Amino acid sequence: MKCDLCDKEAVVHLTQVVNGEIKEVHLCEEHAKAQGVDVNSPISITDILMGLSQQSQQSTASNLTLACPRCGMTHDEFRKSSRLGCPECYKTFMAELTAAVKAMHHSSQHIGKIPAREGVQTRMKSKIARLQKELEETIAREDYEKAAELRDQIKACRDEAAAAGGDQ
Amino acid sequence: MTALDDLLDRHGGWLETGPDEGPVISSRIRLARNLRDTTFPGWASKEVRNQVWDKVASAFDAVNGGGFLRWRMDELNALDRELLFERHLISRELAERQAGSGVFVCEDECRAVMVNEEDHLRLQSLQPGLNLQKAWEAADQLDNDLEKTLSYAFSSKLGYLTACPSNVGTGLRASVMLHLPGLILSGEIKPMINAVSKIGLAVRGLWGEGSEASGHMFQISNQITLGKSEMEIIAHLEQIVLEVIEHEKNARRRLMETQRIRVQDHVGRAYGILANAVLMTTGEALDLLSALRLGVDLELLPNTARREIDRLFIRIHPAHLQKEAGSALSPEERDIQRALLIRKFLERKE
Repeated sequence: MKCDLCDKEAVVHLTQVVNGEIKEVHLCEEHAKAQGVDVNSPISITDILMGLSQQSQQSTASNLTLACPRCGMTHDEFRKSSRLGCPECYKTFMAELTAAVKAMHHSSQHIGKIPAREGVQTRMKSKIARLQKELEETIAREDYEKAAELRDQIKACRDEAAAAGGDQ
Repeated sequence: MTALDDLLDRHGGWLETGPDEGPVISSRIRLARNLRDTTFPGWASKEVRNQVWDKVASAFDAVNGGGFLRWRMDELNALDRELLFERHLISRELAERQAGSGVFVCEDECRAVMVNEEDHLRLQSLQPGLNLQKAWEAADQLDNDLEKTLSYAFSSKLGYLTACPSNVGTGLRASVMLHLPGLILSGEIKPMINAVSKIGLAVRGLWGEGSEASGHMFQISNQITLGKSEMEIIAHLEQIVLEVIEHEKNARRRLMETQRIRVQDHVGRAYGILANAVLMTTGEALDLLSALRLGVDLELLPNTARREIDRLFIRIHPAHLQKEAGSALSPEERDIQRALLIRKFLERKE
């Protein structure tokens, strides 16, 4: 088996199945090290997947010069470490992150806990996302009575968010 | 600063497993949090990291009148950092970081917050046995308390923003530590690991990797942190863990029905070596103690206290041995000390 990144023999083989989708990574010793794979420590396949998807993408001139206006992390530095420099980086590297986040989590919308400090609009947005997911499940099992109930709840949340106006 | 050595006299609350738990050791909740408009620790300057420590410290001062012990990594020597690592209070990564990095630990060691690890805050909550719900409640409460002072980086779309995109959303990693010698002895561990990883959960050895994990201890945890609520993540993990426990119990039952002599031999040999060996490495001790723990669960060793065995799983590690000895020990001296510690324990039981 050859390395995914060069013609050398692969020595590290990783397989992970997330929701039925098989992902395999084969790396030679050199590239395994370059990807930060240490055979003696827990392997994060996330790092490797991110690293590979980024390496396979053609670097465009704008990507090379792209840097976070807040912390100064460049696109290249982010690629190397697979770690972001600051919260603002999520906006800076949005294009690349959206696909990676979706691949990792099979979702791109948070529906869990919200800090108490967040405004009404944030809380409502998240609540709507959660209710919408529930609504889809309800429709899938043809429970239309419950679906109508959820639809009303979603509308009420939208109204509340609108009433809160610029509260962010 | 409270002396770290005091920890030695205590037994981490999460380690106090009872006989009812069977294959379960403990449950753990971890929450990743970061401060708003602040560079993540891996990219931040020393000054920023120190400011983060100060901010978190004042948030703790406001909680419980500061009933947490606190240690900064740059104030501890390598042995002390190793001790905290062996007690599962800090990660290997934190132990190797310096400026502004440290840990807050509550008195019973059931809750700990690492500061300036990969993220600004990593809240950890541990409970003995299968008790993810209680661990979550403790973590959630601490999170709420800290948030009264701290302002977190959060987006309505991606949730809590973390240095690594694999943690965004809830920032929640829930895990259960399990002792699975039955699945190892019956050769069913690999299929189990494969099956569990197919449903989006990760299985890791608690000490060592994969199916060769020392001490036959494993952690099962969620991988996905975004798009599911905390309750969904915890419920899913718990459901799978219950199935794994059932498999382990069945494997033990089958072994006792069909290969009783072999199991007795396995446990008896482990006892014999532990009771007589003069040199013992950490890996060997973990594997033999695992056999002893299994022997107690299967009532082949009625006289041996299981709680003591669980404590030994921690006490035989290098930093614990050296702290108890009161001096640095060479690897061979540690092997002698480790064998002695276990022999003394078994002599008391006879």
